[in-house]
Amino acid sequence: MTKIKYVEHNGNEHIIDVQNGLTVMEGAVQNDIPGIDADCGGGMSCATCHVYVKEEWYNKLPKKEIGEDDMLDQAYEPKSNSRLSCQIIVSDELDGLIVHMPEKQV
Amino acid sequence: MIKTDAVVIGAGPTGLFCAHQLGIIGLKCEIVDNLDKIGGQCIELYPDKPIYDIPAVPECTGEELTNNLIKQIKPFKFNFHLNDRVQELTQENESWIVKTSNGKEFITPNVIIAGGVGSFEPRKFPTKSAEKFDGISVLYSIKDKTIFKGKSVAIFGGGDSALDWAIELSGSSKVSLIHRRDEFRGAPASVQKIKKLSEKKIINLFTKYSIKDIKGNGSLEEVEIKNEDGQSKILKTDYVLGFFGLIMQLGPIADWGLNLDKKAIPVNTENFETNKKGIFAIGDICTYPGKLKLILSGFHEGALAARGCFKYARPNEKYRFEFTTASNTIKDRLGVK
Repeated sequence: MTKIKYVEHNGNEHIIDVQNGLTVMEGAVQNDIPGIDADCGGGMSCATCHVYVKEEWYNKLPKKEIGEDDMLDQAYEPKSNSRLSCQIIVSDELDGLIVHMPEKQV
Repeated sequence: MIKTDAVVIGAGPTGLFCAHQLGIIGLKCEIVDNLDKIGGQCIELYPDKPIYDIPAVPECTGEELTNNLIKQIKPFKFNFHLNDRVQELTQENESWIVKTSNGKEFITPNVIIAGGVGSFEPRKFPTKSAEKFDGISVLYSIKDKTIFKGKSVAIFGGGDSALDWAIELSGSSKVSLIHRRDEFRGAPASVQKIKKLSEKKIINLFTKYSIKDIKGNGSLEEVEIKNEDGQSKILKTDYVLGFFGLIMQLGPIADWGLNLDKKAIPVNTENFETNKKGIFAIGDICTYPGKLKLILSGFHEGALAARGCFKYARPNEKYRFEFTTASNTIKDRLGVK
């Protein structure tokens, strides 16, 4: 189990124990955290599980696969620290990871 | 006005199999979809991705699944109305009048919403000020390219639509292309071409910029763009075009007086009827305790909803359960011996 902090756009924080091997998106959806829609269910085919990751954590995450940036182009207000949470796999190294949700997903 | 037993909204796998079930029990239907092709998310989002949980099909792609479903309903010769969206539902006695955005009208006792996560719509600019010019000088698709002749056009996006239009319009308009990063996801040949046009100063290229504001008194005058560091630039422009791909939105479904739970429609699990008589919801768009967003669940829901339609479409007949292996009536409907 790894602790992930999800911060809604309005500042509400949720600290969740997420099982290693799940994605950050799945951790949110399975625990009913608002702010992550994940319309396509984790297929990197939409951009509705978009999160912002602060720099110190952003650089520790495994690099983006080809295609993730293409989907992020279609996200709401993407920034240089944007990620699709369905592409971040939870592991011990990510203990304490903080992700911020955008104002909206679509 | 087209009279039918059921209107199916959505031509994804769930809608297609529900149409099959309607055909099997002897009902007619008309299928409407907002996309220009049959298959829904399977085709629009992941045509090449393998699916592993269709019963008795160990592996197939979204495209294969769609093609097989199309083949399966072929005997019934149902009409598809593609590139069209159901806009309005109004009740008239025991029937529903269904109106589409292309002006088609249906009269039917049953409407089956198999709309997935909603209809695919172009993603719009996040800036509030863009709404004022939406459809006039802020556009997300191009119907008539001659309007841009001799004008300044600011194009946002990094995919094929943005690149292709930037190249195409650069011949007769002053084109600026703005993209949030310096890599493009369009075809490599188009990317090369854009770079050449930019070097020759035929196109003004702004990478690592995104939209900040759209300004104009009455008509659009300028667009303000910003980079990650918050620095901004003002571009004089007559038109602003955005090509950010498609997103799924509930759209007009939200206005039909149906109960909604977040983005889903609650249904009963006996026949998948909603809170409105004769309106059913199946597939990803419906919700009930234990709902699984699987294609196989959509198939089951469609089979039951089709039986639910029967009593409204044939009020004076009694529905008889039959197996396709044994029933000659069904075999006749399928055109097999």
